[in-house]
Amino acid sequence: MHSVRIITLGSHPRDVSLDLLARGIRDILSLDSVIEPIPLDIDAALDPSRKQYHSTELLASLVELESSGEHRVLGITPYDLFIPVLTFVFGQAQLNNRAALFSTFRLHNEFYGLPHSPARLEERCLKEGLHELGHTFGLRHCMELPCVMNSSTYVEDIDLKPADFCLHCREHLRSVC
Amino acid sequence: MTAFDPSEITIMVVDDELSVRQSLEAWFQDDGYTMVTAENAAEALSRMQEQRIDIILLDIKMPGMDGLALQDRIREFNTDVIIIIITAFATVDTAVRALKAGAFDYTTKPVDPDELSLLVRNAVDRIRLQRENIALRESIDHLQYVDDIIGESAQMQKVFELVKTVAPTDSTVLILGESGTGKELIARAIHMNSTRKYFPIIPVNCGAIPESLMESELFGHEKGAFTGAQYRRKGKLEMARGGSLFLDEIGTLGLKSQVDLLRVLEDREFHRVGGERSVKADFRLICATNVNLSDAVQRGEFREDLYYRINVFTIVLPSLRERQADIPLLANHFLDKHRKAMNKNVEAISPEAMNLLKSYDWPGNVRELVNAIERAVVINKSGTITPDDLPMQMASRPKEAHGEQTLADVERRHIEVMLEENDWNISRTADKLHIDRVTLYNKIEKYGLKRP
Repeated sequence: MHSVRIITLGSHPRDVSLDLLARGIRDILSLDSVIEPIPLDIDAALDPSRKQYHSTELLASLVELESSGEHRVLGITPYDLFIPVLTFVFGQAQLNNRAALFSTFRLHNEFYGLPHSPARLEERCLKEGLHELGHTFGLRHCMELPCVMNSSTYVEDIDLKPADFCLHCREHLRSVC
Repeated sequence: MTAFDPSEITIMVVDDELSVRQSLEAWFQDDGYTMVTAENAAEALSRMQEQRIDIILLDIKMPGMDGLALQDRIREFNTDVIIIIITAFATVDTAVRALKAGAFDYTTKPVDPDELSLLVRNAVDRIRLQRENIALRESIDHLQYVDDIIGESAQMQKVFELVKTVAPTDSTVLILGESGTGKELIARAIHMNSTRKYFPIIPVNCGAIPESLMESELFGHEKGAFTGAQYRRKGKLEMARGGSLFLDEIGTLGLKSQVDLLRVLEDREFHRVGGERSVKADFRLICATNVNLSDAVQRGEFREDLYYRINVFTIVLPSLRERQADIPLLANHFLDKHRKAMNKNVEAISPEAMNLLKSYDWPGNVRELVNAIERAVVINKSGTITPDDLPMQMASRPKEAHGEQTLADVERRHIEVMLEENDWNISRTADKLHIDRVTLYNKIEKYGLKRP
């Protein structure tokens, strides 16, 4: 039986309850989560010119933490993430492997000049967490709009999709979880 | 547009930076695309030789051959692959050069995730349209060339060979065959495989047009040529200009029309009814009939000179009972066709129903088979066609010539039946059979028939 190790990277993301995230993961994915306060040095992944962290390098650090491959590691960071060719990424995961990661940097309403909304932030965090974890279980982006595995390149895309999997993706998860 | 599977699209990332290749590979793998990477031009070209690549995400600055030179090289042998330039060193000059050389789009690193997704989505849409276009063209080609003309039997293979031989020539073709054997389909196949295929094929059913209207129908008329001719009207011969004229049931053409047609074939020009100016005739003539024209010539019903004019290259279509082996193939083909047309879930023909189809003598030939299958698809509810779905007369009229396989067997049996029906009166039987008495005597002798 898999479980999810939730690990913060850098510092604890502002206004985010990891307990709520863990509860959401249990409700939707039926997976227990453990919140682990492991201090990780992430400075090596910082690109000073971009003022962003290289997402793939952070993922590599998370993989090292879970050498057994028994559990999933879900990293969560308040810092902005990038991969070399893109201006930013909301998160990244290893397809069909054990590590996933997302950033809360662009999930805050304030980033877009909108009033602070803790509920909206929690909802976005859960959707991002489920989405990236979905990749670790072999799910690719889903064409179905009402599915958390639908691809999001804007924060509005995240808000539009539900915090749940479509029947097809759920079927896949049932077969691998 | 039909749904598509992203894994059917292969994207190649060509970039000398490993991190860029890995990032893009992972990014698009999440979308389900099939990914390939290459770190330089040589590797990219080698990948393209190994497999089909649909989209290339191409960096410009690379050691050795740069991205623009690689694009030029690729375009020499592949104009279909979609190339998207992604460069960290964008200049107006390189953008213009890349786009002029056929790049689909051009963007700079780092690129917004949304922009990159949109670029690739646009490229994928184009690929899907291209593929859809090819599929549609192929289906049209299929319709034009082989749809409904189906047969693996030796007789039909011979017909296909003849069609292939005569189609590219401009020869007049005479198609003989019983009603319902597909004479018009063969005429269309000849036309569509000829150099005239981009012009129309104009069919004229000679049996359906009264003799009094035939002249105007074929040659057209000028305004005021006769009472009611309020406008100038083009005839079928003029409509077929550049293409083919298909005269179906030519055996029923009246003697006056035969003379008119013969004159056109000899002079290659004609006049509209009521017109003085001659119009050039530019069509290929394809005729069809289910009657024996040489007999009609003997009876004086068909002009001998016209007969020789049209009897240049003859294709004889076998009746369905002469190619019994094709019945399952045809039946399944028409089942598939009508099932799709009616959107009904009728998937198969039961072995009993197929046996019935094979044992029936099909006097109406393929046309009758088409109708029988269409009817069965309409009334079927179980998903498998059974004997109950087939027309009643099929069950009550099994093939008359049990055990008779060859045309000679059928002919022998038919002559025997006709002689008995006419009390062995040779003149009357010959008349009924539309052959002369000498021919009938020869056949009686050939088959060793004796009066009981």
